[in-house]
Parts: sequence; C-alpha cells; structure tokens
Amino acid sequence: MKLYCLSGHPTLPCNVLKFKSTTIMLDCGLDMTSTLNFLPLPLVQSPRLSNLPGWSLKDGSAFLDKELKECSGHVFVDSVPEFCLPETELIDLSTVDVILISNYHCMMALPYITEHTGFTGTVYATEPTVQIGRLLMEELVNFIERVPKAQSASLWKNKDIQRLLPSPLKDAVEVSTWRRCYTMQEVNSALSKIQLVGYSQKIELFGAVQVTPLSSGYALGSSNWIIQSHYEKVSYVSGSSLLTTHPQPMDQASLKNSDVLILTGLTQIPTANPDGMVGEFCSNLALTVRNGGNVLVPCYPSGVIYDLLECLYQYIDSAGLSNIPFYFISPVANSSLEFSQIFAEWLCHNKQTKVYLPEPPFPHAELIQTNKLKHYPSLHGDFSSDFRQPCVVFTGHPSLRFGDVVHFMELWGKSSLNTVIFTEPDFSYLEALAPYQPLAMKCIYCPIDTRLNFIQVSKLLKEVQPLHVVCPEQYTQPPPAQSHRMDLMIDCQPPAMSYRRAEVLALPFKRRYEKIEIMPELADALVPMEIKPGISLATVSAVLHTKDNKHVLQPPPRPAQPSGGKKRKRASEDIPDCKVLKPLLSGSIPVEQFVQTLEKEIL
Amino acid sequence: MDPECSQLLPALCAVLADPRQPMVDDTCLEKLLDWFKTITEAGSSLLLLQENPCLVELLCHVLKPQDLSSRVLSFSLRLTGVFAAQEDCFQYLQQGELLPRLFGEAGPLGGAAWTAPTVRSGWIQGLRSLAQHPSALHFLADCGAVDTIFSLQGDSSLFVASAAGQLLVHILSLSMRGPAEGPPSLQADDWPPCAQKIVGHIEESLRSTATPQITQALNVLTTTFSHCHDPWTQVLWVQLHPLVAALLQKDPVPAAHSLVDLLLSVARPQALRAQAFAVLLQPLACVLQATAQGPGPSGLLDSTAADSVTADMLLPSKAACVGLLCQTLAHLELLLPLPQRPCPWPQAPLLGAAVTLLQLCRGSGSPASDAGRQLCALLLGCVRVQRAALDFLGTLSQETGPPELVTQVFAVLLEYLRSPDSSPTVLKKAFQATFRWLLSSPRTPGCSDLDSHTLLFLRELLPVLQKRLCSPCWEVRDSGLEFLTQMTRRWGGQAGFRHALLASEVPRLTEQLLRDPESYVRASAVTAMGQLSSQGLCVPPAGPEHPGSQQKSLLGELLHILSTDSEGFPRRAVMQVFTQWLRDSHADVVGDTEQFVAGVLQVAGQDLDWEVRAQGLELALVFLEQMLGPPRSHCPYAVTPPVAAPAGPLTQALQSLCRVRLFEFAFRALFDCDRPVAQKSCDLLLLLRAKTASSSSLQEPRSSPDVASVEAALQRWRAGDQAQPLGDLEPEVVLAVLRSMDLEGLRGALAESSDHVEKSPQSLLQDMLATVGILGENEADCY
Repeated sequence: MKLYCLSGHPTLPCNVLKFKSTTIMLDCGLDMTSTLNFLPLPLVQSPRLSNLPGWSLKDGSAFLDKELKECSGHVFVDSVPEFCLPETELIDLSTVDVILISNYHCMMALPYITEHTGFTGTVYATEPTVQIGRLLMEELVNFIERVPKAQSASLWKNKDIQRLLPSPLKDAVEVSTWRRCYTMQEVNSALSKIQLVGYSQKIELFGAVQVTPLSSGYALGSSNWIIQSHYEKVSYVSGSSLLTTHPQPMDQASLKNSDVLILTGLTQIPTANPDGMVGEFCSNLALTVRNGGNVLVPCYPSGVIYDLLECLYQYIDSAGLSNIPFYFISPVANSSLEFSQIFAEWLCHNKQTKVYLPEPPFPHAELIQTNKLKHYPSLHGDFSSDFRQPCVVFTGHPSLRFGDVVHFMELWGKSSLNTVIFTEPDFSYLEALAPYQPLAMKCIYCPIDTRLNFIQVSKLLKEVQPLHVVCPEQYTQPPPAQSHRMDLMIDCQPPAMSYRRAEVLALPFKRRYEKIEIMPELADALVPMEIKPGISLATVSAVLHTKDNKHVLQPPPRPAQPSGGKKRKRASEDIPDCKVLKPLLSGSIPVEQFVQTLEKEIL
Repeated sequence: MDPECSQLLPALCAVLADPRQPMVDDTCLEKLLDWFKTITEAGSSLLLLQENPCLVELLCHVLKPQDLSSRVLSFSLRLTGVFAAQEDCFQYLQQGELLPRLFGEAGPLGGAAWTAPTVRSGWIQGLRSLAQHPSALHFLADCGAVDTIFSLQGDSSLFVASAAGQLLVHILSLSMRGPAEGPPSLQADDWPPCAQKIVGHIEESLRSTATPQITQALNVLTTTFSHCHDPWTQVLWVQLHPLVAALLQKDPVPAAHSLVDLLLSVARPQALRAQAFAVLLQPLACVLQATAQGPGPSGLLDSTAADSVTADMLLPSKAACVGLLCQTLAHLELLLPLPQRPCPWPQAPLLGAAVTLLQLCRGSGSPASDAGRQLCALLLGCVRVQRAALDFLGTLSQETGPPELVTQVFAVLLEYLRSPDSSPTVLKKAFQATFRWLLSSPRTPGCSDLDSHTLLFLRELLPVLQKRLCSPCWEVRDSGLEFLTQMTRRWGGQAGFRHALLASEVPRLTEQLLRDPESYVRASAVTAMGQLSSQGLCVPPAGPEHPGSQQKSLLGELLHILSTDSEGFPRRAVMQVFTQWLRDSHADVVGDTEQFVAGVLQVAGQDLDWEVRAQGLELALVFLEQMLGPPRSHCPYAVTPPVAAPAGPLTQALQSLCRVRLFEFAFRALFDCDRPVAQKSCDLLLLLRAKTASSSSLQEPRSSPDVASVEAALQRWRAGDQAQPLGDLEPEVVLAVLRSMDLEGLRGALAESSDHVEKSPQSLLQDMLATVGILGENEADCY
C-alpha cells in the first residue's frame, strides 16, 4: 500500500493511494498562493499599477523590466496570474481509477487533472461540493477572463534567471509547471465526470474496496472518506470541524478502528480561536462604520461568509448599524446565497428544523428582504447606482490579485477611515497587501478557520484510535515562528508518519488476510476435526476462482470417469465416504518435544 | 425570660420528668439548651432558678430511681452545667447537694443509665460547662471526677473519649490560671494539686507500653500546646520532652500520627511558618524555573532541589497542574494583606511568576526547558489559571515592584485586553487588574496628574477599550463600561486623562450604549454616562454623521430610560446617577432642583421594582438633608450644630418638600409591600420628625379637618387601597400627621425578620408541648 503525495500544501492536498489494485486520488487541491507573486488585475484601468517602474538586475540590465515591476520594495510578475499545480510526474495520472473530493476548496485543480492527463476514471463528490465548487471555479474563471491581459511572462522562469531574482520570486518552487487558469469549457467537462454521492453511501470499486463519504462538519457537503476492504480500513480525514457552524456535524464514530488515518486540512491558524476572531471582526467593523469609514472584506463567495452574515444579522441592530448597507459582490453571489438555502439535508440540525417551519435556514434571506444585504454580480451595472457610503463590502478574491476587491483596494486604500478585514486564512495578508503599499487604510487580520486545531486532533485521535497516522510534514513540528509551542503539532503514539510534496510513502502495514467464499456444496463436504477446544480444522481440495477481485472456492471438477482402469475404480470405491481422518498438523512446532519424539522414533 | 415562656415552663418540665412521655425529637432538647445558654449568658442563672423553681425540681426529679430516658438525663446534666457555670448559682446548687448527687459517685455514674453513651457525654459536657471558676475545681477534686475522666479517655464511644481528653485540657489550663494570688509558679512541683494530678497521669501514660494510652496522652498535650501559649506550657514541655523523646527511640514508634501532630504543635513559631510559606511558593518557583534563561535560583526559593518534586507534581496532568496553581495563587492572594504574612515578602519574584503564568497561558511565554514547554502546553488557553493569575496580579499592585517588572505587568495586561481570545470573564479580571495597577502607578511629586508612562499606557489602552465597547459579546461591553466608570471616577478631573479620553471615541460610544439591547449594558452605560457627565466629559453627539439625533440632553435621556425601560437594572442605575447628581449639585440639576426632584420622585414612585423605589427614598433623603441639614451625629462628643433650626428657613424648606410631593412619596413607601422600602421610608420620616421636633414656630393644627382626612387616607393606604392621592399638603398638616404616627413602633415591627415568630423560644416550648399533646390547640389540624 503506497501513498503518492502530489501537493505540499497541507490544506489543499492531492494524494494518490494505491490500495488493493485500485488507484485512488484523494482530493485535488490547487495552490493559489503562487498568484501572490503577480500584479493585481484591476477591473478599471489603474494609473498607479500601470505606472509602476520595471525591475532591473543589480548590474543594471533591464531585459526583465517588461515582465517584472517593482512596488514599495517588492517585485511582482506583470502577467496573467498562474497557479501551482499538483505534481504530475510522480505517477501516471491516467492510471488513477477514481478521485474522491472532500470539499469544494479541495477540487480547484480538477480540470487540470481530468482534462490534461489522460484520466478516464470517475470523480466522487457530494452534491453541495459539486455545486459550490462549480461556483468557485466559475468565479475564478470570470475574474481572470474579464480582464484580458495580452502579456504572458516566461523569461523570469528560466532557472538561471530566477536565481538572480529577489525573494520570494527566487524561492518559488516548480515555476516551470505553473499554469494559467482553465476555461469554463474545461470546468464543465471536468464536472461532467463527477458522480454524486451521499453521506454513508457505500461505493464499490471493482469489488476490491469500498469507499464511503462521511460528514466532516467543515463546509456544506464536506466529507471525510473511509476506504476499506474486508480486513483493512484507511480513513482519509480532510478539512473537518467540530465547531457548531452551519454544516452537518462531523461523523467521528465511523472513523474508529482504522489501520491508517491520513490526516490533512487542519486549521491554518492554530493560534486563533474562531469565536474570538468573529468577535474581533464585528468589533472592528462597527468601530470603522461608526467613524464613517467603509469596511472591505475580501472573501470567497461561499463558506465562512454565511456564518459572518449570520453573526452580523444578530449584531447589527445591537450595534446600531441597521442603516449601514452590506454589499456582496461576486459573479456567483446570487447563486451562492440561494444554493445555501436549498441544501437543507446537508445542514446542521438547527438549520434543518427551520426548513419545516418553513423558514429559510440562513438568516441572510431576511437581510436581503429588508434590503440590508444587497448582492451584485459585479461592481459595474446596478451597483454603481445603488452604492452608498459608509458601507461594508464582501467581495473576492481573497488573494487581492483579481476580482472586484482590487478596485475597492485602489478606491479606499488612501483613507485611514476605511478598514480591510481579512477573514480567509488561505493567504498571508501582508503578502496580499504588498502591491498596494503604501496604504493608509487600516488592516485587520481576523482569520476564521473552523478546521480542527491540534487540541481537537489529539482528542479525535484518542477517540478513534487509528493504528497509524499519516500527515503532511508541517504537522509534525511546531510552526517555525513558534518553535516552543509543542502543542502546535500532532502528538500521537506511534509518532505520525509525515510526507512532503513529491514523496512516495510505503504505508506501514501489511495486508494479511483476504476474504474467500466457499461454495455451499463444497462446505457441505468438509469434515472439521476439533484439534483444540473451539478450533476445528478441515482439509479442503478445491479450485480457487477469482473474478472482479472476488475469490470463491469451488468444488474441484470431478475427474473424468476413466473408462477402463479397474484398479483405479476399485481404489476410489474403497475409500469410504466418512473415513477416519488422520490427525492434522497445525500450529507452531514445539521444537524440543519434536526432537525428543524424533530421537525416540529413530532409536 | 418573657412571661409567656415562664408560664409554659412548668408544664414542659413536668413532661420532661415524666418517663411516660418520651421526647422523640432530641433536636428540641438541643434548641432548648441553646435557649437556656443565651438566657444565662445575658443574665443571672441564680435568678432564673429562683424565679422558675420548676427547673430545680426537674433536676432533683431526674435523680430518683426510675425509667427516665437517657436523653432527658443527659440533657439535665448539661443543663446543670450551664447553670453552675456562674459561681453564685454553683453555690446555690451545691447547697442543695444537687451537684454531687448529679456528678458524683451517687449519681448516674454508678447506675444502669451510665451504659448509655449520651449520658456519659452529657456528664462530661456538664462538667465542661461548670468548670469555669475555682469552686468548680475544688468540687472536681472532692468528688473524684478527674479519675473518672481519666478512665473515660478510653471510652468505647469516640465522642465521649475525645470530649474527655478536651475536658482534661480545660481543667489543666483552668487550674493553672489559678486563683487570684498571682501567676502560677514556673516550678512544676508548686503547681496546684489538680494540675499535678493530671500531669502525673500524662507522664504515667507516656511511660505506658499500651499504644492507646500513649495516644491519649499525646492528644491531650497536642490540644494543650496548640490552644495555650502561656509560659507554664513551656515548663510542661521541658518536663515532658524526655518522655516524648524516649517514644521516638522505640521501634516501632508508637502512635506515630499523634506524635507528629504533637511535634508540629510544639514547633509553632516562625520557623514553621517560613516552612509552610516555602511549600506554598513551590509551584510558582517551578513556573519561574521553567522559563528562566539559564540556571540559578528563581528568587522565590533558594533550594532548587525542591523544585523537581514540585515539577513532578505540576506536570502529570492538566487537572493537577491547574488545580495546584489556582490554589497557590488564591492562598497567596489571601495572605498578602495579612499582618502575619511572611517577611520579607518576595514581591518581585511573585510578580515575575504571575506575569510568566499569564504569558504561558497565552502561548507568549518563552519556556527554556522541556518542563517549561510541557507546562506551556498544559496551561495554554486555560481560563481558570488566567483568572486566578489576574486576580493575584491585581492584589500584588498593593506593593510596588522593580520598574522593568512593572513595565512587563502593563505589557501583559495590555496583551490580555487586546487579545480576541480572552474570554469575557478573563477580560473582566484583566480590566480590574489594570485599574488596580493604574491606581498604584507612581505620581510625579507635587502633581496629582498621571505620570507620563501611565499616560502613554492610557493612549494604548483607549483604542482597546473602544474596540471592546463594540464587542458583540455583552459581558465584554459591560466590563468595558465598568472599567471606564472606575477610571473616570478616579482621574476624571485630571488634565492628562481628560485630554486622552476626549481625543478618543470612547465617550461617544458610551452614549450609544445607552440604547444597547442588553439591559446590564444599558445599566452600566447609564452609570458611566452619569460619571462622565459629572466630570464634564460628555461629548454631545455632533457632526454631520448624526443628522437624525437631536441635541437631546443626557438628563432627558436618562429620565426617558427611567420611565420607559422594561428592565430594572437600567432604571436602578438611573436613580443612582440622579442621587449622585443631586448630591454633587450637577449643573443639569441645580438649574431647577425642585422640578428635578419632583419629576424623578413621581416616576420612581410608580416603579414596579422595589430597588428603584428604595433608591427614590435615598434621593429624597439627599434632598431633605440639603433642605434641612444633615442628620445629627449619634456620637455624644461630636460638635453639634445649633439644635433648633431657625424657623423661617424650616418653613420654607418644608414647603419645598411639599411642593416636590416628597411626603406623598414617603407615605406611600411607608406602606410598601417590600420591607426594605418601608424601613427606609420610616427612617426618613423619623429623621424629618426629629429635625422638626424642636421647631416651635409651626403651630400644630392637631384636630383640624385636614389632618383627619390625611390620617384617614393613610389608614386606607395601609389597608392596601392606595388609589386616592393625598393632594397638596401643608407643612403643618404633615408635621401633625407625623407626630400622631407610631413610627418607632412601625420601625420595630419592620425590623423583625419574617420568621421571628417561628424562631421564638415560646414557639419552641409550644411545639414541644404540642408533640406530647399537652396543648390541645393543634388537634383540630389533624383531620
């Protein structure tokens, strides 16, 4: 059993598990932090960005100045942003039988895999995962395609040149494999390969293994997966949460008794408690708005935004913010808000019961009805006529490199009355802000990551007791910035096995058993003999028949009746149906006793 | 004893003396005994016995051979002891030979009743009570009671045995206290015979080979040494310690536990206290060690050897670690203000330890060892330790510390106040600790303003407070407001503080919180705004951002809250603010004080919350004092102002009180269904009556029709019909009504607790009689 690790990002995993003749890809995450090296794509022509000086090498040579621009001491690639794909060379991806998706954030690389590697298998995911995943991809494609950029930089990727560049460009990994965003056509084609599954549904793969999605409590439709044969069980835990937010709670019990538990997608901000952060978010929002400033919240169109809107729904009246407009701008804003209300069966119990009242499960419906929350596909069109300040704007993309957020950063960045509040934990806020420097706007970092923290993991591991734990190497030591925090790592016995990008792990357990069926007529013919109290043995002569990874013992074909050979016939007739069986040898040999017996016999 | 009880007593004594009437409930006997104890403590026992001969009859009666219950016998012995504790009563009982017959050989001691442990216990407790004077000592010696007590030390009942030991200790110290002829000799040979006898018995027991006897002796000594530190105990120890030392040399050591107790009680002074303190400090020393850069003493404890033991104690589990640390901090917090606290007090290392603990709990500490890292993991996010450490840190502000440590204290407090992860309770503690440290921060000599460091800190603190006032968690908003109120009360008059506060958004945010959805927050906002306004720190909502809001005065806003808020807390807070404003002659009030008081009293009088009404009386009292002068001091030596108030101003003042309808408010409150309101009103009216008593100028229209109608109206009010108002009152009428009312009687009635009837001795006696059917009254209940 082997694990091929194609991604180095612990929360955007992409691993391939070879288990009993099947090849299963676990998640298909796309590392978008590569885009932080690029200049933002402004929706409206930005004189500031287009007038940035080109960057030249120390020796003065300026051949890169078309590709690289400098802003406040940082160097950015002036090109269409590119993404860092999962490793494609480590294993022939056309041999992948199935891809299991655990949540909508972990499927963003899907088109790259299904459309360009010869993949012919099936993708399994829950319905909300597919629908919201589609929205995220649609938004991404839209953000990038609506700002066409003629230039595509490639000179800087040359290994000899890259070495000369300043950090972080110098240290960027695998730049040659970075790819531009896929198209909507590729997205549709990739999504057409998905087969929808429900929680606890058992899916047979070639008769060899069974895979089952379990609720992971992190996002709408998010799942962990159980991959098991008759005698082995592998659990794949990806983005999971034990907090009570909108999704169905995590199913922990089904993870028990695993031989191997692959653990990915823990919180990226283990030192921040989501509750405290939500409070911080609300306080800073209120403080800014009361001072007459605007609040910008760069975010994904689905996920934490639902919880934030719910908190604000409860908070705005008490904070005297009822007259402040909230805007949600995304090409998929409308679909996201509406989808969230129709996936009732995937929601937590509280929200499910609302549906029977009947009431919308999320209170943002009421915010929309009362005109407190307005949503627009883009800042062009209706928004520009409705726009009122001070206000709160939720918009993407959290990397601040594309999407409507770029415009608001340019618009509001100059005033210290305004505040940008970072809630998505995927990008370093300092790096995200780098191309906007100098910035007068206040910046508040309130990362809200509801995924498991290390305390919860250690409780989970105590509860489910896997024999072995496998996890990204980042989880086996404290974060570099807090090396004394021994609590910020996985602590289990035996110690967790760690993996890194482009590594192949032999998983530490051997398969010892295989289930075989015995045909009834053959079973009838067996004569068990008790050799110890409770243990019986019987000799079997049979034919092992294997098809579709199922093994069946069938009675041996009766030897063709020899026509002549009387001797033989007699011989076979002599054998009584129920002969006295000779004692059978079984178990380990008691050596001394055996030698003594031998000596005695020989004497 | 009141006559009602005296009347019931003979019947009760008869019941007690009658073996056919068993007393089932012996808690009654305990209560009865308690009652007799209170009576004898307050007055003469002799008189009591003389006035109630049935009591002596009872005591005589129990001596007759009969089948009396052991409980009653035990009760009688104890009762006798209670009476005989007074020497004259002792003599009186002696005359009747009652005491030897009860406690001597002829008494229950020899009879069958002695087999009951309650009787033996009663015998001991009776003696314990009567052994208070020299006559008692003689009696004990004469009747041979001491030998009996010796034997009772080994009684089968643990209660009896323990009481016997304690009685010996008591007799020993009583006999050593000695008669009046001067202090007892320090030579044991010259000690009183009774003491010599007891000491002799102890010596004999210590020499004994039987462990129980040794244990008894050791217990007597332990009790003696821990309760009495007179010089003679030293002599006793000198005399006995060779015997105790001999015990230590035996193998195995007999009665080891008791021996340890004895040695601990002997080693009572300083050395032991220092040792105990060192034990208390160990966990904190361990914390300091865990984060110390490099080896060396932590400053708390010299011996580093002890630390490894504590580390083992601290680290095994989170529960153990947290429990131990919280206990340590709580004990040290209690110890700090005590005069007997250890000296020198290790202020600096303790400050360091508290700061380190708080840092470890936030993950911002820098542990230097594996043990430190483990400790960090255990303490991370632990709210209990955070709370205890913040409380302790606050208490440490009573002493100063080295400047660099104080800087660290403020830094860690700011860290906690800023952190989004601080739980509301932790945050509250952090605010409290911050305030205490701000209070203790040094002031520039000759200048009452905050020093520059504190002002710098304040500038960092105010943005944090600003954010906290916008918190979605109401507890946080609430504690933020409380903190603001405290700070304003303390430094509201100082330029540096005023400047920093007015430059921030805090006053404006506070004003907005008057409309908070949470009533506690509204209440705190009312208090804070009241304080800010008193200090002239209110900022009127101004500027183009608030076009809708009129320049509504705070007074109007608070009156609005008082009359419309659905919750009691904000309304109570408003009343407190108003009372304070009236006391301080707040600018908004002095303009037209009468209108202000009249308005407030009218609204408060209709409030459903009794605390609001009670606070209304407080406000009325302040107004009254401002009109008539403060109440006369009760201290006989105080310089008193001229007794009689001048008549002219008095009339005017009373007219003013009438105009604000203070009397109507007070009379209504007098018949309030809530007792505290009625009490307060009663006090107020009594004060008023006293103030006006000496005034001669006001003629009394004693029988005028007005007075009669007011009295009639008050009668109806008292009966519960308060619909009819009193209308406009004239000062003369009010005074006449006041004089005719039995306010003292009312005050007495109000002062009694609602269960005073059930708790009375009369009720006890009646209950006891009722259970045996002597009083037939309750029979009707048993249908």
